[in-house]
Parts: sequence; structure tokens; C-alpha cells
Amino acid sequence: MSRIGVFVCHCGENIGATVDCAAVAKSCGDLPGVVVSTDYKYMCSDPGQNMIKEAIRDQKLTGVVVAACSPRMHEPTFRRACAEAGLNPFLCEMANLREHCSWVHERTPETTDKAIDLVRVMAEKVRRNRPLYPIKVPVTKTALVLGGGIAGIQAALDIANAGHKVVMVEREPSIGGHMAQLSETFPTLDCSQCILTPRMVEAARHPNITLYTYSELESVEGFIGNFKVRIRKKARSVDEKLCTGCGLCTQKCPNKRIPCEFNAQLGLRSAIYVPFPQAVPNKPVIDRERCTFFLKGKCKVCEKVCPTKAIRYDQQDEIVEHDIGAIVAATGYEVKGTDFFPEYGYGKYKDVITGLQFERLASASGPTQGVMKRPSDGKTPETVVFIACAGSRDPAKGIDYCSKICCMYTAKHAMLYKHKVHSGKAYVFYMDIRAGGKMYEEFVRRAIEEDGVKYVRGRVARIYEEDGQLIVKGADTLLGGEPLEIKADMVVLASAMVASPGAEQLAQTLKVSYDPYYFLSEAHPKLKPVETNTAGIMVAGACQAPKDIPESVAQASAAAAKVAGLFSQSELSREPIIAVVNRSAPPLFSTCVGCFLCESACPYKAIEREEIRGRDGQLIKTVAKINAGVCQGCGTCVALCRSKSIDLQGYTNDQVFAEVMAL
Amino acid sequence: MRLGLYPGCSLLGSSREYAESLRAVAAQLGIEWQDVPDWNCCGASAAHSLNHDLALALPARILAQAEKAGIEELAVPCSACYSRLAITRHELLADEKLRRKIAGIIEMDLECKPKVLNVLEVLTRFTAGGLSDKVRQPFKRKVACYYGCYLVRPHKVLKFDRVEDPQSMDEIMKAVGADPIDWAYKTECCGAGFSVSRTDLVAKLSGKIVDDAVRRGAEAIVVACPMCHVNLDLRRGAIEKHKGRQYSIPVLYISQVVGLALGLDDQALGMHRHIVPVVFSEPREAGCCCAGHGEAAAPVGATEDEH
Amino acid sequence: MSHAVHESHQPASLADRVLESTGESAAQCYQCGKCSAGCPLAEEMDYSPSQILHLLQLGTKEMEERALRSEAIWLCLTCETCHSRCPKEVDLAKVMEYLRSESMARGMVNPKAKDILAFHKSFLDCIKYTGRLYEVGLISDYKTRSWHFLQDLTAVPRLLKRGKMKFLPHLIAGRAAMSRIFHLTSQRKDNHE
Repeated sequence: MSRIGVFVCHCGENIGATVDCAAVAKSCGDLPGVVVSTDYKYMCSDPGQNMIKEAIRDQKLTGVVVAACSPRMHEPTFRRACAEAGLNPFLCEMANLREHCSWVHERTPETTDKAIDLVRVMAEKVRRNRPLYPIKVPVTKTALVLGGGIAGIQAALDIANAGHKVVMVEREPSIGGHMAQLSETFPTLDCSQCILTPRMVEAARHPNITLYTYSELESVEGFIGNFKVRIRKKARSVDEKLCTGCGLCTQKCPNKRIPCEFNAQLGLRSAIYVPFPQAVPNKPVIDRERCTFFLKGKCKVCEKVCPTKAIRYDQQDEIVEHDIGAIVAATGYEVKGTDFFPEYGYGKYKDVITGLQFERLASASGPTQGVMKRPSDGKTPETVVFIACAGSRDPAKGIDYCSKICCMYTAKHAMLYKHKVHSGKAYVFYMDIRAGGKMYEEFVRRAIEEDGVKYVRGRVARIYEEDGQLIVKGADTLLGGEPLEIKADMVVLASAMVASPGAEQLAQTLKVSYDPYYFLSEAHPKLKPVETNTAGIMVAGACQAPKDIPESVAQASAAAAKVAGLFSQSELSREPIIAVVNRSAPPLFSTCVGCFLCESACPYKAIEREEIRGRDGQLIKTVAKINAGVCQGCGTCVALCRSKSIDLQGYTNDQVFAEVMAL
Repeated sequence: MRLGLYPGCSLLGSSREYAESLRAVAAQLGIEWQDVPDWNCCGASAAHSLNHDLALALPARILAQAEKAGIEELAVPCSACYSRLAITRHELLADEKLRRKIAGIIEMDLECKPKVLNVLEVLTRFTAGGLSDKVRQPFKRKVACYYGCYLVRPHKVLKFDRVEDPQSMDEIMKAVGADPIDWAYKTECCGAGFSVSRTDLVAKLSGKIVDDAVRRGAEAIVVACPMCHVNLDLRRGAIEKHKGRQYSIPVLYISQVVGLALGLDDQALGMHRHIVPVVFSEPREAGCCCAGHGEAAAPVGATEDEH
Repeated sequence: MSHAVHESHQPASLADRVLESTGESAAQCYQCGKCSAGCPLAEEMDYSPSQILHLLQLGTKEMEERALRSEAIWLCLTCETCHSRCPKEVDLAKVMEYLRSESMARGMVNPKAKDILAFHKSFLDCIKYTGRLYEVGLISDYKTRSWHFLQDLTAVPRLLKRGKMKFLPHLIAGRAAMSRIFHLTSQRKDNHE
């Protein structure tokens, strides 16, 4: 026997100015099952909520319809109020008289009639609602951090320091990411590695952190609090337990002609190598694609010289599995190479380099030990042109966005160059200067006012080589677009920041959404910058969008806080709006015939198979079973089930038909 | 292979050596030309500069004539005509209403079916299939391949080669034994239609091209456009006056270079029709690195001063 | 693709007319100057290519007239270098084409462009009646228009000697059709739709 309460909200003028709320309340009082029907100016306010609570107690209501704004706005508010009054929250529904009625129509009698219809529909549903209870799932208090750059390291340390276990996975042989490649960081000109390496060591030594380097994520199954991940440890060809990091193998390796990734292809490395001297872990890796032994079967010098016999040519990739509660994606970025620019030579000019390559030139641990020498002939460049916005803000090249960090690092590069080559001339071709962070504007002005860098507003149409110099054809728009030609010894392109290679596959593996540029999508651009739409997966750093180090660190700590919040409970509550396959008494057990069409259709892999056995252990039939922890309540299986054996709790077929028939 | 041919006005008059060499080379390569019947001038830069509808209508009539004659692929040796025809075809295929309007103006059926090809596209068909085999006298010279503007731009319409540093002509040159240099003016404008009205600007722009080719050691500039040829060859006097020095580097049509490599003689290829005599100094060894490359000995009949 | 142009009670600006006719939007340009940097004749122009577009962006009568009266639009070689490098994919060459057309229609052609205009007109006059370019006719027509009687005199014997100049014009069979085409396309007041 239903006892329904209808509460019509005016929402100030939002609904009240267009819908005759009093009339709606009066009319709904006559609906079958409705015992109280009233209206009020602001239902979501404390007095409004109290009104509902009192009615529940006094009138012994079995269901509540709040006719007000969108349930996306206040459903939690009213459900909590009902719960506090002792009514199961899922017996409370909302009729949307605002977004679906007053905000889209004019003030006419038809509008009020429509409002009444909307309430009637919900009342019919609520009459058939059943109490539902949240589903509890356990939480594994171990986090997975993907990526060992500054963002990944920060997130891992924060989570580990909060007392939880962390599994860190880094694709390169060492953690550190791109920050390890930088020479000095803006705006303080701190030595990048000096501030980074202590963190790297801390992450590697932390008792709560398990670090896998030279490893990649293989697969992820499960759901928030209950992920099962598989990690592929790629074969280093070195036994890490025996290796002491003495470096003899890298010294003696005869194959030293391989372009070095850490030096952005400006230097060379050996086939068995440690990416850089401060690498963590300081254990080498054999590049099997270029090692003489793996290509031709000869050499083996490293094995001969290794004092601890740690070389293992036959080592295989290994798959390890972990149970994980939350994942932080911090996989970073990449910069476009010089070959991306047809008008700047398709990458054929050795002295046209990217900003990252300049960092290596400027770095004391780089291929020139920090001395300014140009790549082609090692001469000191006397005139350097820096081109900002190279590839960014360029729809013709497919990159519409601004890469955010280039204005700052270009100023930094120009300053570093001037500090090293006092008599040198530095030109920066720019479109705008974006220096919004703390102390950033002052930093750029310093480059111009103190270090004498010449800023020219305009872009460069093309670069070509003539007599050992690079002819830069730019324009000065502040002089009316007058062409300006500069003969440069070296050109540095502040090339666009893009998602790191493999970002799309990673997003697919994690089932996280991403944008057209393969940056992982945050759940809400303003209010949820570190969560994704996939429950349990956070995002931090440049893999979400171009950003600088302070922002990456802040985002990483924010993601860690979210993870810690998740881990602060021993159980997670899930909304019970899930599908259920019916069960009945023997001999039927269920109307499910075991066709498993639902299983193939479920986008979340939430359907399992349950074997129904008799007392003697004989298999009677195999039927579908919905995993309450994974199911998202999308209703696909409900629609597909040929025997109508599945129903959606909270939106049963019965309830939905009733809504439709009530119209 | 049977291909339609739109010679264009220049090939009849001031650039007839281009037509002569092209027909001679075609005969060697087994191409049968089907000239577009009763073809008209495409309007070149004049129509394009003054009257948008006319700029579409003139090439449209050519396409309509070609279509009527059953031509499926239309080769257009002059780059400027190629540009006008290709752009017109692109615009009319994209806009049904416009196409019907232009059809009304030319008073002919117009579906724009024939595909428009430039001379490099035609010759590239042979580089993969046997051009090198037919070469009897490899053209062992350092050449500067000059593409000009209209073969590669606008890229979105023509979709041909690379818009910066194109390579198709270089590949054809390699196939006939030449050594194409890497240089900075492959696609920089020669001055185009200003040859008569602003010869001073042509001297400036074409001067840069000739100068760069010579400085980088080219022995010849190879072109695929009559307008470019006129600006680099006929206007050599004006260039020399502007730059204050002499340049004797000859300018050859791509069909002439290919013709020479195939063993055809100078006369058949119209070499005598150039203003800048086509002479080379002693054949150079590969890898010769002495300074002053490209400057041939003073040729007989040096270029006369133009006023 | 055309972008929506807001309804207003003001007469359409030059930028609006350019957008309507060519589909190119001056608002797209963020004044980076790459076009001016690569334009072969930017140094010779009174207004650089990016400046011309900025004049359209400003949209006042005075700024628009500066653009229409400039020599720059006549020096444009239609080489399309600007379009091929523009990061916002603005077809500036097409915009220049429209500006030339409007400049002529409104009698605002820069006096310094008279030779260029004379040449184009001579060219068209030539092909109007014969269907193909008749070089002797072109040159004599041009000299008459431009009063550069002595220009290129020395070129004639050299061209003749090499058989590159024909005394008689080619006459195509479709001459009447050509004249019709010229007639039909000149009738329209605004030669763009």
C-alpha cells in the first residue's frame, strides 16, 4: 500500500516564474497512492528538507517524489534527507521541472500541465520502487604509478609516505623522465638533476615502493579497489641482483656508435649502457636491436669483463602480477623532432635543433660537457636564433594548442646561451609571451633587460643553409610585417609538446578516455583535474596536458591525495543501480538459458558464468551472473536478454513501463 | 601510353623548344600525345588577376574540349597552365552550383572528368619502369632542379610531391645520370607574370635563383615551366645588370635533359633556341671540389645587354 | 568553410565581403607574420601581406581603403607561398585576388600598378579575339597602353632569329565561343559570387 509524498519546489523564480507550482501540488494530491502533496520555495534548503523529513515521519511515507531541479543537481541531497528520516534513499525520486520544463518553455497553461505529467510519471515509478542497499567492495591498499618522471615520483612518494604500498612502473631503464635531461629549470635556474636525483633515490629506496624499470604495463583487469595488473619486465640481459653498477661493461663495449636517446640523439652510447651516470637503478641494459652479439653472434666482451658474472644473454621478459587498488597515470610527454618542419629543412640541418636537444648541449653532463658547441662542426655559435611556437598553435600542422612551457624555456635557453657565450647574439622569434606562473614574468624580462636577448615579434617562414650558416627568414610584425633575415650559426626550435609514444594504447589498456591529441582526459576540466572518468584511475603531469614542473608536482600530489582518500576506507560503497540475473527455486534455478549474449555485449566485462550444481555435484546448468563490483548499470544486457532474465535494479522493466504508461 | 596534351600558348611561340623536346622524348618513351582539339588559352595570370569567372571559364572550356575528345588523363607541360587547370577542376568539382554556372558560360557539357597531370608526374611513371635502361648518354652534370611555384602549391589542391624541398624532379634527374644538388631556391618564385610589366622585379627574384644555383656548383638549371624559363633565360641580361656580374649557366627544360640522355641530338631538342647558350666546360670528375664551380668558359655569343 | 557572420545593421565590411565571396576569414589570422616573412616581394610592398590582412581586421572605412589603394595587392605574384606556410591555413592569395577585383571595381587602383594592370589587360585583349596568345599583338598592345615604346626592343630580333616569335596569330575555331565567354563574364558587376 503506497503512501507517497510529493514535494514541489519553486526554486525561487527558476521554476516558479514559469510553472504554477501551487497548482501542480494541488493536482498531484489526487494521484493514486499520494497522501501528501505540497510546494515550497526552496526544497533543497534546510527548512525544505525538514519538511520532507517531518512528512516521512508523520505520514509514514513509503515513497517520496521531489519535483524540482535535475537529479544531477540534488538527488544526493534529497536521498540523504530521506535516509536521515529513516526512509531507504532509493525510494526517493526526482521529477525534473526545471531543466526539462520551466527552463525550456514559456509560461503557459500547457507548461503547468506538463509539469503535472512529469510528477505523475515519477509517482507511478516510485510506487514500484524497492529499497536498495549500497554494495560494498574491498579495497586493495596498493597503488600503481605508471611513469617514473617527476610526476610519477612525486605521486609515488606521497602515497608511500601516507603508509600505503606503491608499485612503480617505468618504461626506460632509469626513472627521472625528461626532467633528468634538463640542464637548469626556470625560474630559479636550479640544476635540474641536483633537485631531481634526491627524489629518485628516495623513491628507489622507499620501503613501501616496489620499482620496476625497463618495464611496461601489459594489462589491467578489474575495477576500483580491485584491479589486477600484469607488468612486463623487459629483459635487461643483466642479472640485477649480481650487478654492482661498476660500469666496466659499458666502458669496454666495442660498439659505441649508437645515437644516445638521453642526449636527444646528439651524442653516442654503447650497446650495453646506462642511460646517464645518475641513473636509478644504476644497472645497465643491453640494446638487443643493436648489440653485435644479438645481431651477429659475435663479441660478448661485456660477459668477459664483468667481475660478478652478471650478464645474461638468454634472459627473457618476465610477467609479474599485482593486486592494485588505484592507478595513477603519469606517463609524461614527448617533443616533436626537427623533421616535423618542412620549412625548416625536414630535419636535415644538423644545426637546427629542438629545445630538448639544446638542454643537452647546455647540460654539464651532456655531449659537450655544457660548452656551447654547435652539432655540425663543434664551433662556438656566435649568433643563435630561438624560434618559439614551433609547431604549437598551428592548426595547419595539426597542433592547435599552446604547449605552455616554451615561452619560459626559450627565455631560459637564450639566457643560458648568453651566460656561456658573452659576445654571442641571441634572437627570439615569438608570437606572444606566456609567463603566468610565479616569478615567470620577471624571469622573461631579465632575459630581455639584463642578458640582452633580442625579441622579435613574428614567425619564421623558412630556414636554409648557405656557406655553413643558417639563413633564417622571419618577419617583424611590430615593424609592420617587414621581412627580417638573420644569418645564424644555430637555430633552436621550441617544438611542440605532444603525448608520449604509446599514449593511445595505454589509454585503451586502462580504458580511460583521451582527447584527439592523445592526452588523457580529466573527469572535469575545472573541478576534477586529477581524476578520470574511470573510477580508481587518476592522472598527473604532462600526460594530461602540457604543463611545467611545479604544476606536474602539484597534480601528482593531488592524485596521491585522491588515492590516499580511497585507501582511507577498508571498503568502498558502490551505488546499487546494477543489473541482476534472476534466480528462482529448483528445478528452474533461473530463467536464464545460458546463451551468454549478455557476456559478449557487456562493455565492462561485468558478466561471469555461474555453474549451478546439484547436491551430488552434477552440473545442472551454467547461467549468467553479474559482478556487482564491476557492473555500471548501463542496461545493455537487460535490453539484449532474449529470455528477459535480467533486470536493472532501480530502473526495473516494471518501473519504466509504468512511467511510460502514465503519460 | 596515350595521354591527352594541353600544350598552352607559350609552347607554340616563345617556348617552342619545350614542345619540340617533349614530343621527341615522348616518341622515345612510347607516349602518344592526343592534343586537346581546338584548345584555347587558359588565361594564365591575367584572367586570374582581373576576373574570377573568366579565370574559371577559360580552363573549363579546355577541360570540356578534352572531355568531349574522350581524354581521361591530360598532361600539361606548362606549370602555370597546369596550375590553372588543376585548381579550376578542383573548385568546380567541389561546388556543383559553380560548375553549372561555368558550364552555362562556356555553353558546353562540363563534368571535369579528365585528370590533370604535370610533366613531372608523366615522367615519373617512367623512372620506376625503365627510364634508366633507355639512357644512352648519362647526363653527368650537377643540376639545380628548379620547380618554381605552381608545381607544388597550393599543396592541398595539387597533392603533388613535398611542398618544401620537393624531390620528384631530382629523382628523374638521377634516373638519367645527373647529379641534382641540394639548394635553397627550389620553389622560390622567379617573378612569374611580371616578366614584361615589372622586369626589374623579375631580375631581382630570378637573380637570386641563378646566383644560388651557380654558387652551389650547378652546371645547369632544369625547369619545367616556360614562364620560369623566360625569366631565367631570356631575362638573363636584366639579371646580370641587376647583380652586376655575368652568369653563363644555361637553363634547360626537363624534356631536353631527358632527351639528351636518351641520345637525341641538340637540334631536335631545340637547344639552339635558348638565349643563354647551352655550353658546358670540361666534364668534371665526380667529387671534384675546386672553387668556382659552375662558371663555364665565356661562351660564344655572350648574352647581350637588355635595356 | 564559411563561418557565421553575425547579423548586424551595419553595411557589410570588406572582411565580411571577402568571407562571403572567398570563404576566407580575416579573423582567423593571428598576425604571426609568417606570410610576410616568406613572401618573395614583401620588401617591395607598401603594406606587407600580414598588414593587409590586419587592415581588413580593423575594418574601418579608412583602413579598408588603404588596403584597396595599396600597391601590395598588385605586386602579389599569386605564388601561394603565404598560403602554404600559414599556420591558420588562410588562403591569402585568394583574398588578394578579391581585393584586386574590388579595387578595380571601385576605381581605387594604385597608380604605381598601372603597368601591371596594362599587361594583364593587353593579355586578355589578345586572347579574346584569337583564342590563343599572340605575342606580337600582346607586346604592341602593352606598349600602347603603357607608353613603354622602347622596352624589349632588342629582344625582338633575338626571338625572331630563334624562331620563337610568330608574326601571325593562331586563330582557333572556337573564336566565337571565346568572345561569348568574355562577354558573359564581363557582364557581371561583381565577378565573384
